[in-house]
Parts: sequence; C-alpha cells; structure tokens
Amino acid sequence: MENVLTVDNVCKNYGNFTALNNVSLSVPKGSIFGLLGPNGAGKTSLIRIINQITLPDSGRILLDGENLQPYHIQNIGYLPEERGLYKSMKVGEQALYLAQLKGMSYSEAKKKLKYWFEKFEITDWWNKKIQELSKGMAQKVQFIVTVMHSPKLLIFDEPFSGFDPVNANLIKDEILQLRDEGATIIFSTHRMESVEEMCDYIALIDKSNKILDGKLNDIKQQFKTNQYEVGLTCMDKVALLTEINSNFTTESKKAVSFNEDLRLMVSLNKEETSKDLIQFLNKKAQITHFTEVIPSANDIFLKAVSNN
Amino acid sequence: MSKLKLIIKREFLAKVKNKSFIVMTVLSPLLMVGLMMLIIFLNEKNSEEIRTIAFVDESTLLSSAFTESESIKYIDLTALGLAEAKLKTESFYDGLVYIPKSTSIDDLSKGIEFYSTDAPSINILNSVENNLEKKIRDLKIEQLQIDINKVKAAETKVDISSENYSGEKSSKIGSVLRMIAGGGFGYLIFMFIIIYGTSVMRSVIEEKTSRIIEIIISSVKPFQLMLGKIIGNALAGILQFIIWAISIGLILTIITYVFGIEAANSGSAIGQMNPEMVQQVHNSATSDLQLILQEIKNLPILTMFFSFIFYFLGGYLIYSSIYAAIGAAVDSETDTQQFMMPVLMPLIIAIYVGFSVIENPHGPIALAFSLFPLTSPIVMLMRIPFGVPWWQIAISMFLLIVTFIGIVWFAAKIYRVGILMYGKKPSYKELYKWLKY
Repeated sequence: MENVLTVDNVCKNYGNFTALNNVSLSVPKGSIFGLLGPNGAGKTSLIRIINQITLPDSGRILLDGENLQPYHIQNIGYLPEERGLYKSMKVGEQALYLAQLKGMSYSEAKKKLKYWFEKFEITDWWNKKIQELSKGMAQKVQFIVTVMHSPKLLIFDEPFSGFDPVNANLIKDEILQLRDEGATIIFSTHRMESVEEMCDYIALIDKSNKILDGKLNDIKQQFKTNQYEVGLTCMDKVALLTEINSNFTTESKKAVSFNEDLRLMVSLNKEETSKDLIQFLNKKAQITHFTEVIPSANDIFLKAVSNN
Repeated sequence: MSKLKLIIKREFLAKVKNKSFIVMTVLSPLLMVGLMMLIIFLNEKNSEEIRTIAFVDESTLLSSAFTESESIKYIDLTALGLAEAKLKTESFYDGLVYIPKSTSIDDLSKGIEFYSTDAPSINILNSVENNLEKKIRDLKIEQLQIDINKVKAAETKVDISSENYSGEKSSKIGSVLRMIAGGGFGYLIFMFIIIYGTSVMRSVIEEKTSRIIEIIISSVKPFQLMLGKIIGNALAGILQFIIWAISIGLILTIITYVFGIEAANSGSAIGQMNPEMVQQVHNSATSDLQLILQEIKNLPILTMFFSFIFYFLGGYLIYSSIYAAIGAAVDSETDTQQFMMPVLMPLIIAIYVGFSVIENPHGPIALAFSLFPLTSPIVMLMRIPFGVPWWQIAISMFLLIVTFIGIVWFAAKIYRVGILMYGKKPSYKELYKWLKY
C-alpha cells in the first residue's frame, strides 16, 4: 500500500537528551494511524519534526515520496495537544488569518470557513472574541482551523480532550468522515478505547525508541498468549478443576452466567491448540463459553512498555 | 513573503485596535498640550503678580536707587523708622530693604538687610542687589570725579562669533539648538525602543501563554513570525508618533491663534529683566531670530535626517529582537525582570552619557559610546548636530549593522527554542544551551 508519510531513521537530540533515536515509521494512505507512547516518550518531538517546527538531527521525512519542503505545510493539518487561539481576536478574523497562513487565498478561506461554521452550527460566533467562548466552543473553532484547508495528512494530538461526550462523538465522526474522503490521520493519544475503536495502524514509542509498529490486528496476533477463556457446567466443580489443573495452567475467573459453574482462563503451551483444549473439555463437562483471549490495545501498551 | 505581510498586518492591527493604544494616541497629545498650557498659565500668573518691596533708607543716599520694573514696585517707608516699617511690611508688603546709616559711600554696602516672611525669591534679591550696586557705583564714580559719560562710553559688549575652518559660523544659540536637536532625537529613540520593545515582548508572551504559538509556527517559520511582529509593532509606533506630532502641532497652532499666548509669554520673560537689558534684547531681537534661522540652516539637516532613520531602525531592531527573545524565554511578564536589567542598562547609560556628550561632543567618552553599537543609536544621534567626521559615522554604522545581524541571529535562536518551552524560568546557562539546539 502507498505511504503518505515515511519517517526514515530520524534522530533528535536536545543537548544531552535524546528525544528520538533512529525512529522509522510508515503511515499508509487513508489509514488512521495511532501514535502511542507514555508521557515524554518523544511523540511530540516527532510530530513537531513532521510539522517542520523543528528539524531532525539526522534521518529524513518523506511526504508522498518527496523530502519535506516548506510548501508541504499546506498539506498538513495539525491540532496540537496544547491548544490556544488569540484571545482578543474575533473568531472569524482569526480563522481567516490562520487559513491564509496555511496558504489559502482570502476568498477560498472564506468559502471553506462558511461551510464548516454552518456544519457545526456556529455561524453566530463569527464576530465573537475567543475569550467570550467556553473552552469546548474554542476547541470546535480550533478543530475547524485544523481541517479547513483540506490537508491530506491530519495530525491530532489528544483530539478529544476538553470535549464533552456529545461533542467528542461529533469530532470522532468528523475524523472518520475526513478519512473516508481520503485524508490520512495520525492520532496521538493516551485514550486506549479510542485507539481500539478508530486506529487501523499503531506505532508505540517509548524512551525515544520505536518499540512496536504495524497493523493493529497483526500486533494483536503477535501479542496473543494462546490463552482461552472457557465457561463450563458440570456436576462436581472441585474434581473437574483439579483434573483440568493437572493438564493446563489455569486462572479462575468470576462466573458470568447463572447456569455456569466454572469460568477459567486457560493458558496453552506452544504445541497445544484450541482444538486440543476443546476436545479435552468436551469429555469432562458441558462448554458454555469459549473465546480466545485477544489482548486489548491497553494490554499491549502496558506489556510493551514494561518489557522495554 | 506574503506570509510575512500577513503577520505584519495582523500584528499592526492587533496593536492599533487595542483600546489602550487608541486611548494613548488620542489622550497623550491633549495631555501634553494641557501640561504645556498649565505651565505657561502658571508662569503668566506668577509674573503678572506685582511684588511690592518697601525700603527704609537711613543713609538717605540710596532712595533714588530703586527703579520700578513690571513685576516689582518699591515704596519708601524711611519716614516710619525701622521698627514700625517692619510691622507694616509684615502685614502689607512682600519685603523690606533696610539700609543703615553710614558716614561714607565706601561703607554704604555694609549692613544692608532684607526682611521678609518667606525666603525671598532670587528674582527679587537680584533686582534689589542690582539696583543698589548700580547706584553705589554711580555714587563712587561721582566721588572719584570721573565723568559718567566717559565711563559709559568705555563700556563694551563683546559678542564672539565663532566659525570653523570650513567657514561655517557657530554661536551660542547654535550650540543650544544643537543640544536640543541632538537630545530630542536621542530621547525619542530611547522612548520608542522601550515602549515598543516591551510591546513586542508582551505580544510574544501572549502567544506563548495562549498556546497559539504551536499552530502558527506549524504554518510559518519562527523567524518570520518574530520579524513580522517586530515590523508590525514598529509601524504601529510610527503611526502613533505621526499622529502625535500632527495633533500636537495642530492643537498648539489653534491655541496660539486663538489666545495669542506665545507673544504674551515672551513679553513677560523680557519683563523680568531690567530695563537696560530689555533695551538690548529689543535691539537684538530681530537679528537673533535671523541668527536662529541661520543656525537651523547651518545644522547638518540631511545627515541628521538620514542618520536618525538609520539609527532609529538599527537601534529598534536590535533591542526589539532582544525583547522578543526575552518574551520567548519566559512564561509570564513577571519573570522578565531578571533579563530586563541587562537590556535597560546600556539604554540608560546611553542617555546619561548623552547628556554629557552634548556638552563635550568630541571627547573620548562621546567617541567611545557613539561607536559602541548598543549605545550608538542614542549617543551618535546626539553628537551628529555638532558635526561628526564621516569616518566615525561609518565605523559606528558598520558596527551597528554587524551587531544587528549577530543579535538577530542570536535572538532568533533563543526565540525558536523558547516559544515551545514551558515550565520553569530558564537560567542564562540554559539560554546558552538553547543556542546549540
């Protein structure tokens, strides 16, 4: 698949501190790419380099196969984690100014802004000053400012912080729609449920190094521990449990349904398959539940970071 | 390039639309003119008041000494005697001159006393002393049997007119004019740098605290933003100065036209001199005016004009980029103090040195400080009306340009790193580290 963005062996040092150590990434076109990592791992440093706010010490960045050039900024939309607008400037004036800085013409910017303001039903804010708006309202304006020049690459740093659930959902739908219209989205967040929900690809950065990247599903495969969650109904719970325990490593779980006597987490060896387990259990009891345990993004995050 | 224009436009409008800017621009000329009016008015009031000084002349020789002027009247209370005259003066008059009895003209000047409720003003004392000195001198001349007319004929007034080797005349009035022109220009630059440098700094801090900075610099280079900010603020400042100059001129013209205050004022100034001097002033008034015009023509106006623009730009750009760097390095205005001192120091020194420079414009101190780039915009401008060799101007300008490039480079580096740094106030050591990022 074609990559919109390629990060190739990028290093960045601040004095003696290494912010990024030989980081390489590929962001496929039309994907939602989750850039994950603990605080201070180097995500913001990388995002700033992609936005040409700072330059890498070594390595290169390709946008659509071209080395990053100053004119590329009009192809990138960036919503920083630390948001802000000129407090005493009027909303419309400010949005026009920022649009023109991104390289849009005045009339084009005005047309686009009208579209977005109508879409978000905030046309009557045009002549208000930012300081008269609530935080959530200002965030909406900020979102519009980020996307109004229809960039092919959008970078959102914690896009949902500061929004109530209704507006967070609105923004989420907008992001998905932008993706459907052909934009590629890089998404930096700590909220794993939104990663799970939205991201196709992820990369995990920890202590200045990329420790993991790829399709979210592939990574989940990779982190699979060959564990299964089973629910059983039987006559003699204790006897059954001892019998299973003599063959497999288990961990008891709380029973979730009434007609279930036993719920277990069973870990299998590398040689064993689910088939073996089912066959074994089938002989002993009635199986009410059987799933393979797939690690959540949160589990992967915690595991990868603690292993590092 | 068009982005720089956009930034300049925004910075300019943000500054100009600001309420405090509008208030300052409109009110300042009114305030200044009001203040001038008040001073003139008080001055008038002061000189309109006629002081009455009584005298008791027990020697009987000096009663004719006191000639009245516009502001001082004399009254002879010799008949009352000292004790009673004192009582009377205390309640009715502004002062009492007592001349004791004396046998000879030589002793006349001894023991003369002045009584008053408050300490007498210098004007009154001068007038009394002048009158007495003149009369005693005349009496002595008479006693020595010298012809007064001959003495008068021997009196001469010397007016040295000096000229430099290329034939340009200079005079005292010229020197005063030069001091005013040089001092005025230097002070103007000083004020402009401080007011608009601080304004650049505030604007940087505002962008940092409102966190819009990251959005802006993902669209433009930090250097462009800094430059746009500096130019935008300078344009707002120039606009303000132009408005001030025009409106002060306009208001003053209207006021002098309507009230004719200026003429009255110069009249009263003359009134305070004694009659002989008034005569002299009247005689020379026309020639003085001509002299002033001549002197203005003699000033190196073209050099002054161009060097004003040059040093104004150079000085402002150097200092405002330092201010921008300071703004970028801190999180709030309260944190700026630590860095402000070293910036204000050279400016303040320049003004102090400037005042001694206008008295000795070609001394070694004047030369040194007019070459040192952090003070040259002020000090050199103060020197230029007195005539500065071209090579000194050239060296000074060269140093200014080199420093300007160095400082802007340095400030841009600190600015670039600083605008993205939040948290604790950086130390000088950290600032040095930033230069290497």
